[in-house]
Amino acid sequence: MDDHGHADHGHDEHHEEGFIRKYIFSVDHKVIGIQYGLTALCFLMFGFCLMILMRWQLASPGAPIPLIGGWLGDANAPGGIMLPEFYNQLGAMHGTIMVFLAVVPMIVGAFGNYVVPLQIGAPDMAFPKLNMMSYWVYFVGGIVMLASFFMPGGAANSGWTSYAPLSIIATSGQTAWLIGMIFLITSSLLGSMNIIVTIFQLRAPGMTWMRLPYFIWAQLVTSFLLVLAFPPLEAAGVMQLMDRVAGTSFFMPSGLYVSGEILEYAGGGSVLLWQHLFWFLAHPEVYVLILPAFGIVAEVIANNTRKPLWGYKALVYSGIFLGFMSFVVWAHHMFMTGMGTVISAFFQTTTMIISIPSVVILTALLISLWGGSIRFNTPMLFALAFLPMFGIGGLTGLPLGLAPTDIHLHDTYYVIGHFHYVVAPGTIFGIFAGIYYWFPKITGRRMSEALGKAHFFSSLIFINGIFFPMFLTGLAGVSRRLYDGGAQYSHAAPVMHWNSFMSYAAFGLLAAQLFFIVNFVWSIFRGKEAGDNPWDATTLDMCATTSPPMGHGNFKVIPTVHRGPYDYSAPGAEDSFLPQTAPKQEG
Amino acid sequence: MEIPYTVEPRPDTGLYNAKLGIWLFLASEVMLFGALFSSYVLLRTGNPNWVQHPMNVPMATLNTMILISSSVTVILAWAGLRMKNFAQFRKYGILTLLLSFGFMVVKGIEYNAEFELGLFPWTDNYMAVYFTMTGLHGLHVIGGIVVLGYLLGPGAKMWKTKPEQFTNRVETFGLYWHFVDLVWIFLFPSLYLL
Repeated sequence: MDDHGHADHGHDEHHEEGFIRKYIFSVDHKVIGIQYGLTALCFLMFGFCLMILMRWQLASPGAPIPLIGGWLGDANAPGGIMLPEFYNQLGAMHGTIMVFLAVVPMIVGAFGNYVVPLQIGAPDMAFPKLNMMSYWVYFVGGIVMLASFFMPGGAANSGWTSYAPLSIIATSGQTAWLIGMIFLITSSLLGSMNIIVTIFQLRAPGMTWMRLPYFIWAQLVTSFLLVLAFPPLEAAGVMQLMDRVAGTSFFMPSGLYVSGEILEYAGGGSVLLWQHLFWFLAHPEVYVLILPAFGIVAEVIANNTRKPLWGYKALVYSGIFLGFMSFVVWAHHMFMTGMGTVISAFFQTTTMIISIPSVVILTALLISLWGGSIRFNTPMLFALAFLPMFGIGGLTGLPLGLAPTDIHLHDTYYVIGHFHYVVAPGTIFGIFAGIYYWFPKITGRRMSEALGKAHFFSSLIFINGIFFPMFLTGLAGVSRRLYDGGAQYSHAAPVMHWNSFMSYAAFGLLAAQLFFIVNFVWSIFRGKEAGDNPWDATTLDMCATTSPPMGHGNFKVIPTVHRGPYDYSAPGAEDSFLPQTAPKQEG
Repeated sequence: MEIPYTVEPRPDTGLYNAKLGIWLFLASEVMLFGALFSSYVLLRTGNPNWVQHPMNVPMATLNTMILISSSVTVILAWAGLRMKNFAQFRKYGILTLLLSFGFMVVKGIEYNAEFELGLFPWTDNYMAVYFTMTGLHGLHVIGGIVVLGYLLGPGAKMWKTKPEQFTNRVETFGLYWHFVDLVWIFLFPSLYLL
């Protein structure tokens, strides 16, 4: 672990690769991970900006959008005043971009790609060329999605769920959405198969299953969910594409009247079929979003409490059980569709069961804090905030998982508040914890703690300012899809004032990200030198590589693993941590 | 640094990387076609006015025979490589290729006959299911033709340099090809006979 580790690898026999091979069409998992990460961060910002436009409209319906209102085009916002059709596009694309182009590529594509081979002691992913293809297919999918804004009629506007038959009679942006989704699904399949094979096949000697860092377990379960849950959506996407392009009637019921005219479809299709196929993916997708965040938070907590995770095995088994159960809860999104009380009873039971492993994981992470001498650095602050934020998100989900209470809450802002607590201050805080944690390893330089803390505290306050009032407006019965925020309904009047409050919080959250952007860019060039093990961590990614890890094969020699992943503060040990590579003491 | 277990199996899993990869890919394919079959069941049982058009069963039977035979020949091609007999691989590989072309030709004749009868994807949901599922299966056959064409043509050079890896490639292709065959074994009765 000498400081010159990354300096002298240029001297060995590897010939220099050209710029394109090295940075653009690279097959190195680290470069691909960074490509995924930077692209996903751009999409995260773009999706956030779509939401800022929506929040402007909700706070002041009918007022012209300042500054950029004139650039949106007369078809979307004549005179800067947003049209309802454009609001619908923003809503659909905000959801799509955040889930499929920002968070999943960030948490699986970027962190999975970069960290998994390092943590298991592998020279690269199992299939480097497929890995490169996975990124570029994702990239094309993203371009298709962005291009759809410029199609006649604009982007997809039937919600991120694309419920039929609305999506089938929608403008051509929906066709682009479907084609884009097929690219994104293909990319996810390639990436997740690669991660599974890598974890099964390329573990370093001594890296047994119960010595895997929890992050690896989280990535493994996540990848299985992606491999098994995405293809049904691909099938559904193909069928919806057939309905739109070839005039089939998979999701078109007989005798459908639209604007006073009967549609020319053979009919006989089932609108519920789309919902079943969609949610068969989209519920496991929720766990795709949250499990890797659990993994990151577990790494950061173990590292910064300087003690082993409490209940490592319970965490592992809960993660696997969560993965299994996530396949049999999907129809709790459909209590209001008239699918029948028997089916509802089944799915609300499984939904209550799946909350058990989630609570086990959260509890184990919480108890892990007990008795630790906690280092409150930026990644740890994000990880600590993750726990109560995810807790709020999870607990507010219980009334939605039970059919009787869901009848009142369905499709209100309460639902938006619930899942954003899980995904935004939950998963995205997990992502930030991961960025701050692995940044020194990736760049060799530390991020600024002062700017990091400013980013954390301002984000925490503003993000709660956006999402907590949604529970109040939702309980008052405000529907989630109104482009005037509910101004047309008298029952919404008592809670309407929250709309501008939430919007100010959203603008504040946007401003708070400047701390991050400045910190990120500045630290790449000017950050403090990080050293090879910036956090005194035990896992292979930190203890056995240089910062940044060397280009060809990550390790000079594949390390041998002698102990579990979190041997912190072992009694009798000299240091506060024993790396996984440290041999067991005799006797 | 070389990536381990690209050729020889890892002792504790008993698999080389590509073999695990292809099994995972096939698992995702099972979910893809599983969703389509489930949709077919749901659409058919949920529609009281379901119409089952008479299909050309003899042609489909012929295609079933063709595809099953190609599953046998692809095994024999792989067995040839295992016995270091490249000529056998070539013979049975080309035979597999011809059989898969034959399948597509028969399928094309069938499609054409249905179009002439005025049966199109938009006619009703039976035809929609029929064209979508057999079409997607056909795309898988075409994908197989492309890969096998590569393995018999430019990809065969690898036999000279890395014979074991080449044999593994043919084996993973064989697993895929068996899956394509298996899908048809389910498609044939459920679309033509039931």
